[in-house]
Amino acid sequence: MSQIILEAKNLNKTYTQRSGRFGFGTTLVQALDNVSIQLRTGSTLAVVGESGSGKSTLARCLLQLQPLESGEVFFQGKDLAQMSGEDLRVTRRDLQMVFQDPFASLNPRMRIGEIVGEGLLIHGLGSRDEQKSQVLSMLNRVGLKSEDVKKYPHEFSGGQRQRIGIARALVLSPKVLICDEPVSALDVSVQAQILLLLKELQAEMALSTLFISHDLRVVRHIADDIVVMNRGKIVEQGEVAEIYENPTQTYTQQLLSAIPGQKHLRKQALNA
Amino acid sequence: MTSILSVKNLTVATKVNASRLLVKNVSFSLQPGKTTCIVGESGSGKSLTALSIMGLLSKQLVQTQGSVVFQEQNLTLFNNSQLREIRGKKIGMIFQEPMTSLNPVLTVGYQIGESLTVHLGLKGAALKARIANLLQQVGIPESRADSYPDELSGGQRQRVMIAMSIACEPLLLIADEPTTALDVTVQAQILKLLDELKTRMNMAMLFITHDFGVVADIANDVVVMFRGEIVETGAVEQVLSNPQHPYTKALLDCVPDAAGKKELKPMDYAWLKGEVTT
Repeated sequence: MSQIILEAKNLNKTYTQRSGRFGFGTTLVQALDNVSIQLRTGSTLAVVGESGSGKSTLARCLLQLQPLESGEVFFQGKDLAQMSGEDLRVTRRDLQMVFQDPFASLNPRMRIGEIVGEGLLIHGLGSRDEQKSQVLSMLNRVGLKSEDVKKYPHEFSGGQRQRIGIARALVLSPKVLICDEPVSALDVSVQAQILLLLKELQAEMALSTLFISHDLRVVRHIADDIVVMNRGKIVEQGEVAEIYENPTQTYTQQLLSAIPGQKHLRKQALNA
Repeated sequence: MTSILSVKNLTVATKVNASRLLVKNVSFSLQPGKTTCIVGESGSGKSLTALSIMGLLSKQLVQTQGSVVFQEQNLTLFNNSQLREIRGKKIGMIFQEPMTSLNPVLTVGYQIGESLTVHLGLKGAALKARIANLLQQVGIPESRADSYPDELSGGQRQRVMIAMSIACEPLLLIADEPTTALDVTVQAQILKLLDELKTRMNMAMLFITHDFGVVADIANDVVVMFRGEIVETGAVEQVLSNPQHPYTKALLDCVPDAAGKKELKPMDYAWLKGEVTT
């Protein structure tokens, strides 16, 4: 049994939502309902679910980007939920995030060099020259050119922007990478490139990854373990191959059977 | 079989620069009761092809060449009022975003009824009965006719869009990425619904998507587009199992499979040299 790098215990989070014809009423939405997960060191854990299942809330609550109502988040023996201020800021260096929308998650007024280097600056890592060279080598590693540091986000395509987002997260050499739907806004050819890049980087940098996705085909490809969520609750969890081949819960079975293109694949397998 | 729609050498360019072609020499034809999928990545010209069939290109774009023959009439020669007779009556349309393509201040019943009033002159009780019937066909309770779009879920809104598009029993239904914004389980339901309606009404369906899984589920024929050009066409089994063009092959290699047996490959554009002049 490998070690657990990040563990969440009994997370709870409720949102209030306006309801009724003119929005005067309120209803409570339980976005996380006693959610517990374990991320094994060096592995990829996928959180899957449909919209409204609480998967993005889970990511944000793990990083304490949103306050939890109750629950504990253990990273290297410390409870992040109890941390605040300086402690949390320092610890976040090891927990980085890649966001879904590559068009909204990069500041349009900052140059790429500044965007990627900002974390190094904030955490005071190395001299200015060291920071510059780190930014350059990270950009090169994700497939961008050295001269791109001077450019602005709008000069890049969606796939390139997602590479910038990955560089921004990884330049700090984090231990845990949380990816919230990193490829869902991309074309399938670009998606394949980004998935392959993530896989390579993960091995190189010994990353443990939490991968949030609604696409079960992508998850099958990248994850070791999987957590299936529905309406704030964990429905089923386990190893990817096991869950895909023998889903025990009805909801998981429904999700898996809704993946498009399976009839054709079965036919193809029969013919082969 | 006689085709209901045939597109020949369709070419679309920008108005500013007539040599900048966004759709190049696209030709295909559609048969009643069959679904043809146009598949391609963003910027491949798949949506523009659909829009120019209906004469809905934006003002910055212009169709420079080609014909769109629908029921033996060349739609490219039609003026706007002639096209309005066809749109929504003989050719139905569904768009990607069910959230933005419905009017938020009108009830869904009213919006479904609009084309029935305009094209078929239905009124009063007959109109109401037809709206109820359409809602029922797309799997929404009749009582929902008085609801506003914001009271419905994404899947229900897309069902309303479908009810609107089939209201006048069109001969051709054009669906532009109708399930892209939906959850997978809802997507599966909508695909099934569209397929059933197509069969029951013997419609031709032009279905635009970027997802090969969806293609496998719904298409009879496939048109693969790349940078404004058709690179491959054929029956769905043929194109998916035995792709001929290197782009189709490379694109299929990029699609992860749910069985996890396939190795993902990065997109390979090596074939582009010489073969396509762009």
